[in-house]
Amino acid sequence: MSLPFVIIAIVTLFAAAAAMSLRNLVHCALSLVVALAGLAALYLTLDAQFVGFAQILVYVGAVAILIVFAVLLTRSDATPNQTILSPGWGIGIVVSAVVFATLGWATLNSTGLSKETPPAPIATVKNIGDLLMTQYVLPLEVIGLLLTAAMIGAVIIAMKEEPFSNPSRSRGNEAHLSTKLEPPHVGSYGSDKEGGRS
Amino acid sequence: MTPLQGCLLVSALLFAIGLAGAVTRRNAILALVGIELMLNAANLNFIAFWRYGPNPEALSGMMVVIFSIAIAAAEAAVGLALIIAIYRHYRTVNLDEIKNLKG
Repeated sequence: MSLPFVIIAIVTLFAAAAAMSLRNLVHCALSLVVALAGLAALYLTLDAQFVGFAQILVYVGAVAILIVFAVLLTRSDATPNQTILSPGWGIGIVVSAVVFATLGWATLNSTGLSKETPPAPIATVKNIGDLLMTQYVLPLEVIGLLLTAAMIGAVIIAMKEEPFSNPSRSRGNEAHLSTKLEPPHVGSYGSDKEGGRS
Repeated sequence: MTPLQGCLLVSALLFAIGLAGAVTRRNAILALVGIELMLNAANLNFIAFWRYGPNPEALSGMMVVIFSIAIAAAEAAVGLALIIAIYRHYRTVNLDEIKNLKG
């Protein structure tokens, strides 16, 4: 094992542990960014340049920003006063320790793992693109469909509910809500539908 | 310890950290972060086996990781949208206080 790998792995693991154990959620998100960037560096040390930069683009660029937005939108950016762990946290720690022990034991005692380091394989963007367009074209199409469905689904789930569509939520002040909010909503909703149809 | 074993141990530790965070933290966002860490540990395993495996020219491990990153991005988007919808309904993201299926 080379020295850069060891250093990057230690930084990544400490950042991941910090992301899971800090009290303030904004600090957790920033530690997560460090952990994901460290993973990208690990990919680079393993000669997987394309995956490393895709990791930076997707995880550091998009997923971390999404998480920061979720932290801010749910107003959980202040440091919580009560305990941050759920009641059965001891069992969770024990289970994850058992999982790590099993995986580590299997890794250290396996005889099927190759011992030598093969020469660095050639994985240029051209090779990856060729494979994506020939052998893996069906998975690529399916991934495109999945991303479209996930995007539309995320927008629909996170969209604000119509106040009159769910009467059980407007506790006690239905009359107030309906007189005040219903006419403009009906109008805008109808016009939206018209626009979509044409 | 061979380089492959080093990679696998790092990934196992990352998986254990993610699992511990996902099951012990009370905040729903951090449970999702733990799941992301576990997915990343699996990706690291794929890359390590691709790099030190017998036939790296086929790029199969790398392809799996590329598709897995795309799926993880979709999962994060839908998961965070669900968390925001739950927050709007319950006014909390504390997993212990979200007990009703029928809101």
